[in-house]
Amino acid sequence: MSVMGAIINLNHPAHVVEWHFIQLSVANIVVIGLMIVVFVLAIVLPFPGAARRRGESS
Amino acid sequence: MSATPARPPSWTGRVREAAVDALPPEKLLPDTQPTYVASWIYVFGVASIASLVVIIASGCILALKGPAWWHYTGVGHFFNSIHLWAVELFFFVMVVHLWGKYWMAAWRGGRTRVWITGAVTFLVAIPCALTGYVSQQNFDAQWIATQAKDGLNSVGVGAFFNVTNFGQMYSYHVLLLPATVVALVVAHVLLVRRHGVVPPFALEDRAAASGAASTERDATLAIAEGPSAAADGPSS
Repeated sequence: MSVMGAIINLNHPAHVVEWHFIQLSVANIVVIGLMIVVFVLAIVLPFPGAARRRGESS
Repeated sequence: MSATPARPPSWTGRVREAAVDALPPEKLLPDTQPTYVASWIYVFGVASIASLVVIIASGCILALKGPAWWHYTGVGHFFNSIHLWAVELFFFVMVVHLWGKYWMAAWRGGRTRVWITGAVTFLVAIPCALTGYVSQQNFDAQWIATQAKDGLNSVGVGAFFNVTNFGQMYSYHVLLLPATVVALVVAHVLLVRRHGVVPPFALEDRAAASGAASTERDATLAIAEGPSAAADGPSS
């Protein structure tokens, strides 16, 4: 935590984004964004050896 | 002489035969998987299980050593952090797994129970994690417990359990809920073995058009990892 504290000042209440009744902390928004990025990359990026396997099985 | 095998006389024999019929060894531990499994989106299920293994292992160590150890020693802090971040990773990869399976409609082909066990695992894992926050034995836990108490009372379920009762929450966190999660995960994995990994829509449509009895049994989909892989075919 001390290393992270040197990079980011954590000594304050969480930053929160509010939109009507929706209330999300910035930390949670970052995690949700990362999940979406990982999900898209998992679909787009080729899996190692996938093309070779398809070629061998056809 | 009749060739019909005799029914085992004991219940253990009948259970064994039923288990082997439902999940023969080649289905339980298959040598190959269909080629469509060679995609990053299929990695997140096993990533969830890997995270769960780390959670259980680090949780066992924390339970063995106790709160004073995880609060006041460097090694204790380390294992406390391992436990926390393994949970964060577990939910992260489980949500991506859930999204992937939702968009490929993974309940197709008689896989309703696979989907249901996965969804229920996710729902049970949430209170399993939240009871961990109130089991920390610090001011953070007290703050979260009192906030959770108000939230739970506001939705009318506060009479069934007491989030400010450490003993009750700790029992939920280290025994009841993790045992349920592990049992559900085991059932989920066995059902995946029984029914096979759900194929993409295009392959299912092609199999239906060609009149194939089962998409997964189509030998053209097998990964050629060995000389007999194409003949073996993937699990279904």
